[in-house]
Amino acid sequence: MIWGVLQFPGSCDERDALNACQIASGGGPGHARLVWHEETDLSGLDGIVVPGGFSYGDYLRAGAIAGLSPAMTAVAEFAAEGGPVLGICNGFQVLCECGLLPGALLTNERTRFICRQGTLVVGESDSPFLAGLEPGQEISIPFKHQSGRFFAPPEMLEEIESRGQVAFRYAPGQNPNGSLNDIAGITNEAGNVLGLMPHPEHAVEAFSGSTDGLAIFRGPALAGAGA
Amino acid sequence: MIKARILIRPKEGILDAQGKAVENALPALGFEEIGHVRVGRIVELEAESPDRLEDLCEKLLANPLIEDYEIETFAG
Repeated sequence: MIWGVLQFPGSCDERDALNACQIASGGGPGHARLVWHEETDLSGLDGIVVPGGFSYGDYLRAGAIAGLSPAMTAVAEFAAEGGPVLGICNGFQVLCECGLLPGALLTNERTRFICRQGTLVVGESDSPFLAGLEPGQEISIPFKHQSGRFFAPPEMLEEIESRGQVAFRYAPGQNPNGSLNDIAGITNEAGNVLGLMPHPEHAVEAFSGSTDGLAIFRGPALAGAGA
Repeated sequence: MIKARILIRPKEGILDAQGKAVENALPALGFEEIGHVRVGRIVELEAESPDRLEDLCEKLLANPLIEDYEIETFAG
């Protein structure tokens, strides 16, 4: 499986995402490459990561300007064809802003930047990204964001819940930002697009204290979901 | 040419964390009688016509899911 990791001016987690993709695919630089924000040719790629950071400085609203970038137009086509797309942190905000995922991410309830290890509970979603995880399973990965409060109007939230689009929730008592229903990550209706605020790409090697993030990057290959 | 001023603010009912932070600072500064603070933003711009301003707001300047916007236009 060959991954493309988007890189916007202001991205900062793209190298860790690249590393995670390479490790998950069996190692080696041939398994992942960076995709500059002006690129529109995603041919030869089997999966896309929209990484964390502060795309275009996040000056208007987190992820708003990146959502309109040339690369994201190509990612929308890639996703429409069923290609797996993973948005992490700012990448999740970008996916919501450009309409690939429902809902929006607001400034944390207490306005503080959060940076600590935390626990997520896997949801009842049949997304290919969750192919190596069981519903109810707990994973330990870093929480690191300032605008991670998931919000959707009541009807939209009800749809997200009833269609099994909640991929991850913060473990009981660990909701760090005021997200509705403790939602940490959701998928689109088809399941091939996943966005989450916490950072699986920072939990793929033993030195960082947890390798629980790897399962998410391994999921699409396991599910045979390459585009 | 026209000038426009676009007022964007958090929708009613959505916790406005920035407004809340400002509100929480008020008593320490002696503004005990002031409350219910909400913080939005103003975008000022010039355009050849007002025709596409709403489109601009929907697509970029505001997120209609969480924000309301009002467009005011002035003769340039």
